[in-house]
Amino acid sequence: MNLTLRIWRQRSPEDAGVMTTYEVSGISEDMSFLEMLDHLNEELILAGDEPVAFDHDCREGICGACGMVINGRAHGPERTTTCQLHMRHFSDGDTIDIEPWRAAAFPVVKDLVVDRSAFDRVIGAGGYVSVPTGSAPEAHAAPVPKPVADLAFEHAECIGCGACVAACPNGSAMLFTSAKVVHLNVLPQGAPERESRVLDMVGAMDDQGFGGCTNTGECATACPKGIPLQSIATMNREYLRATLKGAGRRR
Amino acid sequence: MALATRTAKPPSLIGSVWRSTVGKKAVMAVTGLIMLAYLVAHMLGNLKVFFGAGEFNHYAAWIRTIGEPFLHHEWFLWLARVALSAAVVLHGVAAYQLSRRDLAARPVKYRGRGRRRASYATRTMRWGGVILGLFIVWHILDLTTLTVNPNAQEGRTYENLVASFDRWYVSAFYIAAMLALGLHIRHGFWSAAQTLGVGSPRRDRLLKALANGLAALLTCGFIAVPVGVLTGVVS
Repeated sequence: MNLTLRIWRQRSPEDAGVMTTYEVSGISEDMSFLEMLDHLNEELILAGDEPVAFDHDCREGICGACGMVINGRAHGPERTTTCQLHMRHFSDGDTIDIEPWRAAAFPVVKDLVVDRSAFDRVIGAGGYVSVPTGSAPEAHAAPVPKPVADLAFEHAECIGCGACVAACPNGSAMLFTSAKVVHLNVLPQGAPERESRVLDMVGAMDDQGFGGCTNTGECATACPKGIPLQSIATMNREYLRATLKGAGRRR
Repeated sequence: MALATRTAKPPSLIGSVWRSTVGKKAVMAVTGLIMLAYLVAHMLGNLKVFFGAGEFNHYAAWIRTIGEPFLHHEWFLWLARVALSAAVVLHGVAAYQLSRRDLAARPVKYRGRGRRRASYATRTMRWGGVILGLFIVWHILDLTTLTVNPNAQEGRTYENLVASFDRWYVSAFYIAAMLALGLHIRHGFWSAAQTLGVGSPRRDRLLKALANGLAALLTCGFIAVPVGVLTGVVS
């Protein structure tokens, strides 16, 4: 199939950047979206042009590295990561707009690559459990009821791709932060830091310049891992509970 | 472990709530629910207009005597006014500050047009809120202070109301504002439940139905009064 691509090209963080049009031909419908971009890049390199920079790593939908806004939707028309999106979801002759994640907290590094280290700082503020060093504890020492384990796992699926922030009209990281807060706060291993975790992570989230939540639901629609919108309500509940308990004293 | 070494003074509850986006949303949720509870009472009281001038003016006079003899004449009314004014101001200031932050967090728009999930009610919360704020100012000038009321007789609430709504453009403006109110509540009530952490997968459908029901009830209840005046049922 033949396609017209309009891709955001930006040399450096300081550069203004512009949408640039490319024509690609000979695209197989079995190619992934990233393979289609590889194809374009090979042609660009052969022509002596600069290839389009984009993030990618595992290419099997589990690392969260790849991410771009395709025709105004994070990860494109299917509920999956960009690497798992196949060209069969497009038609011959289509014009496809490809843009980087847009958020003040995710500055563009080059072309489609954005700096998502703001997520790392949110995780660093509380997205962990403290365990004593030494030998591994007996696995059955802390019983976890099955529904709790399922809930924790549902939220542990978050791969930190940033689609929620990209899709949110406010550039808010509430779905990402809530995925981690819910994941750890429901488990007995996360209980000792239950209050400080949510307060510290929400504080770090605000410090990174993400917007607030207006419950539009765009994030949960874009999430390739299906983190539910309700987890934001759960994090709000955890936050208010921790605040009212006067967790400032406990920290 | 580094957990026990922090000795900094704990931040104040109000300060930490107001500084956080989640806390500020909680302030908006609580103030919104206070105003919503008031609106339900206000709407039910308004419907007394259909029982005639005597009953309606008596009801309006009774409001000034609530709490007597413990409270002095009109004290309850003034307490309610102060509380509602505080709720409006807190709601508006929090909304303004959060909106500024939200717009700054998403400085560049996408060229590609994606399908939007957010409903019309969700997308019009900010400007709808501004319209409702302006409506409240006009509404108070018209029927509380009587500054812009064509009848403007203290204590004759029924006659003032009919005189105001007898002008078709006033009724039209009022009805438009009530439709905006319905949209605002439709998203606002459910959003407040989310913000206060009441929402859960099990309760989501119930909360959405409640939000739609409250929005429809309040809009219809309020609109009934100008419609009654325009059709001559109330005169």
